[in-house]
Amino acid sequence: MNDVILNVENLTTAFDTEEGQLRAVDDVSFFLRKGRNLGIVGESGCGKSVTALSIMRLLPKPAGNILSGKIDFKGTEIISLPAGDMHAIRGNQIAMIFQEPMTALNPVHTIGRQVGEIFSLHFPEMNDSDIRKASLEMLKKVGIPEPLKRMTEYPHQISGGMRQRVMIAMALACRPDILIADEPTTALDVTIQAQILNLIRDLQAETGMSVIFITHDLGVIAELCDEVVVMYAGQVVETAPIRELFHNPRHPYTRGLLTSIPTLDSAHKKPLKVIHGVVPSLDDLPAGCRFENRCPHAREICSTAPPPLVDINPNHAAGCYFAKDLTPWKPVNTGSGDNNG
Amino acid sequence: MAEMDTMTQPLLTVEDLKMYFPVYGGVMRRRVAQVYAVDGVSFTIPAGRTLGLVGESGCGKTTVGRTILRLYRPTSGRVSFDGHNIMTLDRGALQELRRDMQIIFQDPFESLNGRHTIQEILEEPFRIHGIGSSADRQKRVPQLLERVGLSRNTLTRFPHEFSGGQRQRIGIARAIALEPRLVVCDEPVSALDVSIQSQIINLLLELQRGMGLSYLFIAHDLAVVKHISDRIAVMYLGRIVEYADAATLYACPRHPYTRALIAAIPVPDPDARKDQPVLAGDVPSPMNPPSGCHFRTRCPYAVERCRNETPGLRPVPNGPDEQHLAACHRLEEIGAS
Ligand SMILES: Nc1ncnc2c1ncn2[C@@H]1O[C@H](COP(=O)(O)OP(=O)(O)OP(=O)(O)O)[C@@H](O)[C@H]1O
Ligand SMILES: Nc1ncnc2c1ncn2[C@@H]1O[C@H](COP(=O)(O)OP(=O)(O)OP(=O)(O)O)[C@@H](O)[C@H]1O
Ligand SMILES: [Mg+2]
Ligand SMILES: [Mg+2]
Repeated sequence: MNDVILNVENLTTAFDTEEGQLRAVDDVSFFLRKGRNLGIVGESGCGKSVTALSIMRLLPKPAGNILSGKIDFKGTEIISLPAGDMHAIRGNQIAMIFQEPMTALNPVHTIGRQVGEIFSLHFPEMNDSDIRKASLEMLKKVGIPEPLKRMTEYPHQISGGMRQRVMIAMALACRPDILIADEPTTALDVTIQAQILNLIRDLQAETGMSVIFITHDLGVIAELCDEVVVMYAGQVVETAPIRELFHNPRHPYTRGLLTSIPTLDSAHKKPLKVIHGVVPSLDDLPAGCRFENRCPHAREICSTAPPPLVDINPNHAAGCYFAKDLTPWKPVNTGSGDNNG
Repeated sequence: MAEMDTMTQPLLTVEDLKMYFPVYGGVMRRRVAQVYAVDGVSFTIPAGRTLGLVGESGCGKTTVGRTILRLYRPTSGRVSFDGHNIMTLDRGALQELRRDMQIIFQDPFESLNGRHTIQEILEEPFRIHGIGSSADRQKRVPQLLERVGLSRNTLTRFPHEFSGGQRQRIGIARAIALEPRLVVCDEPVSALDVSIQSQIINLLLELQRGMGLSYLFIAHDLAVVKHISDRIAVMYLGRIVEYADAATLYACPRHPYTRALIAAIPVPDPDARKDQPVLAGDVPSPMNPPSGCHFRTRCPYAVERCRNETPGLRPVPNGPDEQHLAACHRLEEIGAS
């Protein structure tokens, strides 16, 4: 376990709202290995971004707070770290690419200035010409054509894919140990997404950084990740190495996700398999399993108490009472029914 | 709908549709350029069928959808719906026709008026077209809501109280309220979670079967489009580059752009990781598209001819049928994959 660079233990993060205190992230644990790529997958609102923001200590204040848990980064507990120390880690050692590049870039400053600011912030010894050179180098590295020209342009003048590349350039400028990428390709076209995924893979191979890749797209997870954390309604429902997750999913929600994606092999115009119903809202959570109302395998016990995470093997765990009893997995979506699991 | 006769006149026929948007600039706010958003597009949709329209952001999909509904007045071209030339209709006739042609928008949030309850939102189409008494509507609106899988006790709520998938259901309910014949679905599932996406796709399929609807289904997710469409048109920078049966298009794509698009879809299988080179570069600006073939600047097969001559859509050589069309000078050399 000494190649673990980030260890999140029992993280609980809540927001104070008019409906009371909502636990957006509830008792979440996972770890990231050095040089590896960890995927966090789950549907909208399940707590992916809040998990990332908790690690970055960038929760919206005063509403968002970490209630309990530990986050160990290279031997340092960072939840209790003084703000100044955390600021030094952030950007320097842990960098993040945000879900919406347009809101993360400043519209009134040129690309060159924004990339340059990162360098001057983290490397005060650099002079203006060093910074210009380094910025240019960085933009080249992330595959921006005509980087010299782009430096003088503003965010709205470049395409979405290009903006995302600029974000990656800024995140990588200070050579972080960990890159947290929050849905960096969701808003992009598939051909541009493929370029960005390749870029992240190449940069990772070159720098040895670790990546937490957040997405709701299992296809992207399959392309890129080594380990996967599946989240549902604020909790981890399954964690497994990539192959294990796709070949031997042990949580009914994971199975539902895998079968509800239309693929190029889906039976034409036939109903897709679906996960019925919707995610329970955070202010109205059931006493038992949070997936119970949508689960084809639910039995009485499921509504009594939250199921524990069951170890399938040392690297694979699933939060279901029947994790070990589910039938062997047959990955098909023939569209012949609406059951899953 | 297999029994439906596709040999009869198509419900919708679009011929050489062009939509150029003016770009104004300078102190005089003069027209300085134009966006060639749709640049000569032709297709047909038979009754009860779905045409999928795919392509990357900005290629003109939404503009096609809006122009055929006459939400925009096209630069040129012909659109006929059920035998009526909708380009020459007056306001009254157009209003009448709008009952039969509806749209579901990309963003389920922006498209619903946040200050209105669901009841009010769903009553609106009836009110606009003066259909039914108030008592009538009180009865039909709840039925409509149940038709799209929402409970009738949500009628007094406001759009922001619903999830994205639920809002999209409301958008669908509004679109089918007057039992239209054609619905333009503009990326109806792009903003939704996978588990919710499949619910909405199933709903659209079921409504099509039940009501005989025709769809123009716009999306950039090719797997979704393949699933729901009978035929598919692939667009690039305002033009259709390939047009074929859904199965044919995926089984043997012939245009280099279609092939690149299909290759770029992430496959949910870690054993199928791709190492092939991805399509490089960005889509050029539609204000200043490349001469000749618009795709040539990113195409690995481009030659001099592609710069000088615009390729027209033509039946692919040795294709399964003459309905498989592609716009590429080099189909013969590139061959079937
Ligand atoms: N500032 C906030 N105040 C109150 N609740 C919030 C706030 N930010 C997030 N939440 C809630 O926390 C939960 C988790 O949100 P989060 O943004 O982490 O979801 P996500 O998994 O990233 O979803 P998406 O895929 O849509 O980005 C949601 O229910 C959300 O409504
Ligand atoms: N009202 C308008 N005025 C000027 N330009 C426009 C207008 N609407 C669209 N455009 C431009 O026309 C081109 C095609 O836009 P359109 O919205 O049809 O693309 P799209 O294929 O639907 O893209 P997306 O996948 O992003 O929705 C784009 O370059 C766009 O900027
Ligand atoms: Mg998020
Ligand atoms: Mg659009």
